Amino acid sequence: MSALLEVSGVTKRYPGVLANDNVSLTVNAGEVVALLGENGAGKSTLLKAVFGLIKPDSGEIKIGGSPIVFGDTAGVISRGVGMVHQHFQLVPVMTVAENLILGDEPKRGIFINKKAAYDEIIALSKRYGLEVDPDAVIEDLPVGMQQRVEILKALRKDVKLLILDEPTAVLTPQEIDELLVVIRNLANSGVGIVLITHKLHEVMAVADRVVVLRGGKLVGTTSPKETDEAGLAQMMVGRSVVLQVNRTEAKRGGVVLEVKALEVRDDRKILSVKGVDLQLHKGEILGVAGVEGNGQRELVEAICGMRHREAGSVLINGVATKDMHPHAVHEAGISHIPEDREKHGLVSNYTIADNLVLNQFDQAPFAKGWIRDLNEIAKNAIATVEKFDIRTPSAFNTAGSLSGGNKQKVVVARELSEELPVLVAAQPTRGVDVGSIEFIHNQLISARDKGAAVLLVSAELDEILSLSDRIAVMSDGKIVAIVDSKDADRNYIGRLMAGLDK
Amino acid sequence: MSQTKVAPKEVGKPAKNFDVGSWLIPIIAVLVAMALAAILIKLQGSNPITAYKSLFKTAFGSAAGIGATLGKSTPLVLSGLAVAVGLRAGLFNIGAQGQLLSGALAAAWAGVSFHGLPGYIHIPIALIIGAFFGSIVAGISGFLKAYRGVHEVITTIMLNSIVMGIADYLASHPLREPDQFLTRTSEIQASAKMPVYAHLPLGFFIAVALAAVIWWILGRTTSGFRIETVGRNRHAAWYAGISVKRTVISAMLISGAIAGLGGAVETLGITYRYAPAFNLGLGFDGITIALLGRVHPLGIIPGAILIGGMRAGAANMQFDSGVAPELVDLLMALILLLVTAPLITRFFKNSSNKSMTSGWGN
Ligand SMILES: Nc1ncnc2c1ncn2[C@@H]1O[C@H](COP(=O)(O)OP(=O)(O)O)[C@@H](O)[C@H]1O
Ligand SMILES: [Mg+2]
Repeated sequence: MSALLEVSGVTKRYPGVLANDNVSLTVNAGEVVALLGENGAGKSTLLKAVFGLIKPDSGEIKIGGSPIVFGDTAGVISRGVGMVHQHFQLVPVMTVAENLILGDEPKRGIFINKKAAYDEIIALSKRYGLEVDPDAVIEDLPVGMQQRVEILKALRKDVKLLILDEPTAVLTPQEIDELLVVIRNLANSGVGIVLITHKLHEVMAVADRVVVLRGGKLVGTTSPKETDEAGLAQMMVGRSVVLQVNRTEAKRGGVVLEVKALEVRDDRKILSVKGVDLQLHKGEILGVAGVEGNGQRELVEAICGMRHREAGSVLINGVATKDMHPHAVHEAGISHIPEDREKHGLVSNYTIADNLVLNQFDQAPFAKGWIRDLNEIAKNAIATVEKFDIRTPSAFNTAGSLSGGNKQKVVVARELSEELPVLVAAQPTRGVDVGSIEFIHNQLISARDKGAAVLLVSAELDEILSLSDRIAVMSDGKIVAIVDSKDADRNYIGRLMAGLDK
Repeated sequence: MSQTKVAPKEVGKPAKNFDVGSWLIPIIAVLVAMALAAILIKLQGSNPITAYKSLFKTAFGSAAGIGATLGKSTPLVLSGLAVAVGLRAGLFNIGAQGQLLSGALAAAWAGVSFHGLPGYIHIPIALIIGAFFGSIVAGISGFLKAYRGVHEVITTIMLNSIVMGIADYLASHPLREPDQFLTRTSEIQASAKMPVYAHLPLGFFIAVALAAVIWWILGRTTSGFRIETVGRNRHAAWYAGISVKRTVISAMLISGAIAGLGGAVETLGITYRYAPAFNLGLGFDGITIALLGRVHPLGIIPGAILIGGMRAGAANMQFDSGVAPELVDLLMALILLLVTAPLITRFFKNSSNKSMTSGWGN
């Protein structure tokens, strides 16, 4: 019997980059293959070629033993391939149900058969244990829920091969655990699965086989039985990676940022930050741990002037900052790595160079009076791209052409370049590969060592534990405890996050 | 493995903010539109080759013809530029027509009522007044968008009708030519008539210079960067400290001023008076031209010349080949359709960008 998927000698060149360089790979039915690689290694490109979304320059791809026509997505889908993309392909203003049936609507005559659609969706979500509200509008949903809709959409057709491009990047730990169970069950029922993820423990937990890409080339195949996380990281990056952060004792100074009795409402107008007090000191990293959706996002946005403060105040060095005015807050001394980099952090059809000066475009040296100094902007871009190892053929390509982790590096580079007294980092390594995570972590620590007060919000408890000097646990809109990281115990914090201990 | 090689010559090159896409699209759109129209001409029993030959020979075949073409193109360059500036800020200004009308009427008023001024003062004053009124009309839409969240497509369309009504009233009552049966203003003073140098109308050079200035502003200045950023990603603009409200209003003010100037140039350079029917459709042609020029301030110039030429040659074409001058409107409609089709597909592809028009400018 032939393999479910056979990729042989696929090469794809983009201007200035060899995204895939003679890659060969097979996936058998019932097998979970993890595809690992740094941001920009060519993982998405390879799987887009399999799904018929792009045409490789050479090579052959066979599904169930017979070759596919490059670029023929419909043909690929009809042969039982489903794909969940790294960037959501949902229509934001439509409901979950509408998105799920889009493109293949159950019909009665010329009309959409709503009843049949609902029944189908409910059966589908039961079958895979992925619950959704069919009537919710996509843009109102948290990203984790949107991801779930994407996965259901891929599962709707009877899939034999399921491709998941970084499906866990935006999920909470619980959601990830659930997804891994779904993946395992699907594999056990005979579906072949290709999973891209940067989280090595997920790979260890679920993969049967691991394939590693580096710089477009396949550099090795292994399995969780033969190696460990450090070994995987080394294969990806091509050097040994320090997964544990080296961090010296913080030299804490006075209070820089003070949050007093802050109350904030979420998008649905529900009070989601319920009276938070925080004091952030010079030279420390304060990590905010919590299950996503417990008010962390609203807290960050309110601090950074992007969301209305219902009550309370945010002071920098004793001076109150303006509500709902991100730029004024920035001027007052807060750098902000926003959680949603696509929405707030970047203008994707601007060059990397322009994105690197996005919040300083009208200041010296990037502007002299009314006129932008393109020379300075270019010099800054070239230097920053080099320093932050942003993988791109040119600093003058659009930010949109970068892979996810490199986009994040652009935002991080920009926000760290000014060395402001406070740095608020929201999910700074979401969707970023291990090599870049190490780099971003070191940048955060060096910002701290230079005297910045760093507020770190992350859904990754490990990230919080390894970087923070103090840990604030947030649950149900309140800070339920602040512990020194020396005394922090993973289990205890986990229980606090879940709202069990008080 | 570091791929960050940057050729030294790239330093100092303007950042490529203008992702203008393929210029083949407009060229193909025009050729396909002409081919489709040719079929219709043929069906009608006329000879399309004769018709097109006559159309383009009249428009571009002689110095006088080129002069007339450039004269017709002048307000088109300006109305196209007005629409383009709006689109750059993510605003679909369908009201160029109304803004242009108010500019045309205001310039006529200034041209008629100011006496004893030398031309080099009278003309600029009348142009500025025209631009000012166009700007006010568009500014209303900008304000409503910024502070009331009313979509500019709706307000600009409504203002088109309102302006047309007011202009009709003014031209038929207070500003009407005395003892005239027709609804129109008096002819402007000789000192307000824009000169023509060896068949080349002054207004055309003003329009081209303005297009170049706008191009420079958008690409090289902080104000231009604000407009471009708001047009491409409002959320990121806000986050970066750009006042989206102020930018939306100023983009509309600039857009309206350019449209108003287009009307003023038409009055002072071609019609020499205001009459309600004179400017019909110029503002709407601006939409076609802006899209034909791929929303690039310089790209609209050839588009405007092409369409101005067709308008200039239409009457002669009827004389030579019997094809009605409305053929030009048909061509315009086909061009608009063919040019927007790829833009629309691109807009839906970029559906992550939720605002209604921000996909257009790319
Ligand atoms: N549409 C594109 N145009 C130009 N370059 C691209 C495009 N898509 C991807 N690339 C480049 O190809 C390389 C591989 O990208 P990708 O497959 O997205 O990486 P990964 O998914 O492994 O992070 C990167 O250098 C990226 O910048
Ligand atoms: Mg990818």
